[in-house]
Amino acid sequence: MTTLTIPTPVIRRRVARTLTYLSLVGASVVVLLPLLVVLLTSLKTEEQMADDSGALTLPDNPLNLANYATAFRDGEMLAAFGNTAFILAFAITGTVLIGSMAAYAIDRFTFRFRKLVVALFLVATLVPGVTTQVATFQIVDSFGMFDTLWAPIALYTGTDIVSIYIFLQFVRSIPISLDESARLDGANAFTIYRKIIFPLLKPAVATVVIVKGITVYNDFYIPFLYMPSDDLGVISTSLFRFKGPFGAHWETISAGAVLVILPTLIVFLALQRFIYNGFTRGATK
Amino acid sequence: MPRTRTTDPSHATEKAARPPVAAPPPPMPRRAPRKVRLWRKLTPWLFLAAPLALLIAFTYAPVANMLAYSFTDWDGVSPELRYTGPDNYIEIFTRPELFQVFFVSGYYLAASALQIGVALYFATILSFDLRFRNLFKGVLFFPYLINGVAIGFVFLYFFQDGGTLDSLLALLGHESDRAWLGTSTSANISLSGVSVWRYTGLNFVLFLGAIQSIPGELYEAAELDGANRWHQFRYIIAPGIRPVLSLSVILSISGSLSVFEIPYIMTGGATGTETFVIQTVKLAFQFNKTGLASAAAVVLLLIILAVTWLQRRLVPDDRADLV
Repeated sequence: MTTLTIPTPVIRRRVARTLTYLSLVGASVVVLLPLLVVLLTSLKTEEQMADDSGALTLPDNPLNLANYATAFRDGEMLAAFGNTAFILAFAITGTVLIGSMAAYAIDRFTFRFRKLVVALFLVATLVPGVTTQVATFQIVDSFGMFDTLWAPIALYTGTDIVSIYIFLQFVRSIPISLDESARLDGANAFTIYRKIIFPLLKPAVATVVIVKGITVYNDFYIPFLYMPSDDLGVISTSLFRFKGPFGAHWETISAGAVLVILPTLIVFLALQRFIYNGFTRGATK
Repeated sequence: MPRTRTTDPSHATEKAARPPVAAPPPPMPRRAPRKVRLWRKLTPWLFLAAPLALLIAFTYAPVANMLAYSFTDWDGVSPELRYTGPDNYIEIFTRPELFQVFFVSGYYLAASALQIGVALYFATILSFDLRFRNLFKGVLFFPYLINGVAIGFVFLYFFQDGGTLDSLLALLGHESDRAWLGTSTSANISLSGVSVWRYTGLNFVLFLGAIQSIPGELYEAAELDGANRWHQFRYIIAPGIRPVLSLSVILSISGSLSVFEIPYIMTGGATGTETFVIQTVKLAFQFNKTGLASAAAVVLLLIILAVTWLQRRLVPDDRADLV
């Protein structure tokens, strides 16, 4: 028998390898199965949902997209994607500008109260947004932004301290001699920021855009609290409203969920490496 | 923008003043006119105006207001508010149903421990060479990127009567007939299970990043010395990722205290799954008890600050701090 000639360490290693792969496959099943079932459900007809065949059966017609049409139309997903895109555009632009400007000012200038300013930004990271929401609500309301798209935009832009740190890290790595030579050429602070610092911040901008984009796209809490109007639904709140009219119509709810997950999946597959880097950077700074 | 701007006097003077003194590099440029100096002083503040205004408006003003509201009986709308002293705080700590929500956090805290363990295991094995490594990485991380409402629905169907879980158990020959979200204990376990499903990927990626920043020679040297995988983990990986590990612990604790989305979407806080934030939101926006809700929020904030402080004391952060 050949097995007898295999030395024990080799067998041991093989067993370990097999167990490793088994655990990975197991984890993948745990992750993917709930999602796959929802995908299957979204392709089923109402009749098939009713016939008690269970959640794991295949749809009769795998190309049945009727539920998607229903979800898209009756769930007003087009408006939701529009509102989300609008908020995304402004919130991301705002965050990038605010973050890079603050980082530039903090790193490149010595001015009175600089330490205090830095401390203000630092301490703010310790205050979790959910705890102050009751009071923040009153402030947003007093600015007249309640129930407008500007409420989430202002909050996403104004409370993102992490991106300031990401920018700060990058500004610090840009040699000061670049600023100085530009200054000798007659550039003022704004020109230096616009023409030298900002273009060199591209990797940081990519990080912030990705992390911020995913956070804003997925956020539920802020739009839910600040934009109760039906026509101001973003994708989270519009999907949440499926609970009412579609009640137990799991095939429609599933289609809605898949519609919302799909863009994330596409972006993830396209930008995998940047996304990993972005999150490692965003969370540890 | 043109290189020389005639409208800005500061640089014109600087330029004109430079040539005569340029030969030995002067330590200080010649003292600029007063207007220029004022302008220079103002420059950083022009960059900081917007960030600081937003920071104060949406972080510090709310914290200050929240403290003030917490000592009143304000309902959030009426113009009059009465100072009630510490009444709200007394109410929180003496009405058991208000304090009870903290016990729900216990489930999520236990779930976080599991989540960190699982993430650590997969980060370790996937930092060594394996086939389909990137595929597994992607699969494990992806849930973190999914919209919370979509996750809520995916798992509502998962725990639904005759849904994914029941069908799966039936397939394995175990006919179950229980409402997974029906009793307080099983509902909370189910919901905190969802949070493990959702957040393990983030911890995993953070750990993976930290493990990869450990120089590879260390493993080789250890292997030459006869270290096995466990030794490598124990003596190289674990100490190497300590800062990230302690960050994860902190995020998990504050996260467990401020759970909102998943239970709100899935059960609306019914059957004993109400968390602290759900309760606060309900107090403030459904029952108009802004004063009481503010006091509750202050309690939560203090707990989170205390945990952060404690963690900093226990695991000193050896990274250079900001600025």
